[in-house]
Amino acid sequence: MTAHWDYLHLAFAQHALIAASLVAVISGVIGPFVITRGMSFAVHGAAELALTGAAAGLLIANDAVSGALVGSVVVAGAFGVLAVRERERDSAIGVVLGLGLGLGFFLLHFYNGFETEALNILVGQITSVGTAQIEILVGVALAVLAAMTVLYRPLAFASVDPDLAEARGVRTRLVGLLFLLMLCVTVTEAAQVVGTVLVLSLVITPAAAAQRLSADPGVVLGLSTVFALIAAVGGLLVNIVYVPDVRASSFITFIAFGIYALARIAAAARQSLGGNRELPIDSDDSDGTAAINAA
Amino acid sequence: MRVADVRPVVHLHDAALRFGERTVWSGLDFDVAPGEFIAVLGPNGSGKTSLLKVLLGLQRLTSGVVEVLGSAPSRGNKMVGYVPQQKGFDRDLPLRGRDLVALGLDGHRWGIPLPSRARRGRVDAALADVGAQRYAKAAVGRLSGGEQQRLRMAQALLGDPGLLLCDEPLLSLDLHHQRVITELVDRRRREHGTAVLFVTHEVNPVLPLVDRVLYLAAGRWASGAPEEVLTSERLSALYGTTVEVVRVGGRFIVAGAPDAVHAEPGGSHHHPDDSASAILR
Repeated sequence: MTAHWDYLHLAFAQHALIAASLVAVISGVIGPFVITRGMSFAVHGAAELALTGAAAGLLIANDAVSGALVGSVVVAGAFGVLAVRERERDSAIGVVLGLGLGLGFFLLHFYNGFETEALNILVGQITSVGTAQIEILVGVALAVLAAMTVLYRPLAFASVDPDLAEARGVRTRLVGLLFLLMLCVTVTEAAQVVGTVLVLSLVITPAAAAQRLSADPGVVLGLSTVFALIAAVGGLLVNIVYVPDVRASSFITFIAFGIYALARIAAAARQSLGGNRELPIDSDDSDGTAAINAA
Repeated sequence: MRVADVRPVVHLHDAALRFGERTVWSGLDFDVAPGEFIAVLGPNGSGKTSLLKVLLGLQRLTSGVVEVLGSAPSRGNKMVGYVPQQKGFDRDLPLRGRDLVALGLDGHRWGIPLPSRARRGRVDAALADVGAQRYAKAAVGRLSGGEQQRLRMAQALLGDPGLLLCDEPLLSLDLHHQRVITELVDRRRREHGTAVLFVTHEVNPVLPLVDRVLYLAAGRWASGAPEEVLTSERLSALYGTTVEVVRVGGRFIVAGAPDAVHAEPGGSHHHPDDSASAILR
């Protein structure tokens, strides 16, 4: 196999690396909250609906990227309006997802250009990112990071114990809606890099791996971001340098899963070495029994 | 003694709560003094949690007056500590014991918490108050129910509140931890003058320590010392049907109450012996 390190001097490769890094950082940051709030299906739904936004963008302004971005805000609004109660959330997302995908293919029917431009979003088109798209990505990434910085504490509170957060004055509904918006925007941008079908590898997998290794919320957030970066940039390098004819998306998912597998092994090893507090319930019961016996 | 201490911490006058046609309770006149330990009792659906929500400013009275620490209840009042009914934490939740406690300090503020010695010191002190330092760095989802409940107490007490509201804090705890939690609350109210409203089904661990009980049932209410309220006459009048209260070895057992007390959510904590009748433990 020939290594093409010289490709990294080319503009397409540098654009792709910047785009992958930006998307990885925001995906890694929202990931732990997605898991804590049980919103994996919202990630999947928002990712697939990026197709609809892209199709609408192509039809209206011949611009799939802006279309997907505007579409993500509409999707967040639809999820937020229809899924007020937690129990109806998944079904509401399913309803919006079904309609949205149907609408996406319907719109593509009227588009006279190349359908593949919209369909590219299903599998990712990282190596064809242009300067304009980089500019949008930088803006989106900065906005998402700023919003997550402001939301961080009340979002954590509302995710861990919504009843108490509400009583303590957190506007849990507003915080939840703002996070949903950040999720939809992030996922839509990630869809354009790794592809709709593989977004979960950047949002869920790195955060899930991080949770295996630490219970410290700050450490989990940091590890999740680093893991997403390693997967996105690593997968892209493999593609550009070694295997140009296979999409980067596949390598990104392989690396993400590899990190997850290693994290699980490391966590299991630590437990069997007894470094982790694994059986607190047993010690608790013995306390209780002792107290009863003493009484 | 400060001036505020002589005023009631909770003041309810002719308070009523109705949901549509249904009257949850009405004509409720009840004051709580600083340092008082009140057990709030009653069957499922009698409005015990709703009473706490009124005091937290999350639920409006249908009519009547309510004051908390001298003013109308307001959401986010730092002087009110709250331990909501326990829901277990997910095993993999990325949250340590001390993070849970810290949410009680500033979890409602926007932004990322900046590490500071003062902040760490207050969390450490709150952890030490409830004896939870040992597992402060463990994942909360992997702690036992008793350990989690201690952390929730530390979280609620961190702001040194004038009023502490606890919703079924003894649910699914073993006898040892029921005693630990009630003694913790009792010590707090004696040392800091914190008034306590303690919603519970597990009355017997609490009764030796409480000053008064507030019993809600069938849209009516009764209050007074435990031995005054927990009698066959008072409870029969309250429920509007014959209810027997038996005292066995210092424990109160209530039999025959409609809407069986043991039919509460999270009923898995019942002692097998309780299955025969409605028993208030």
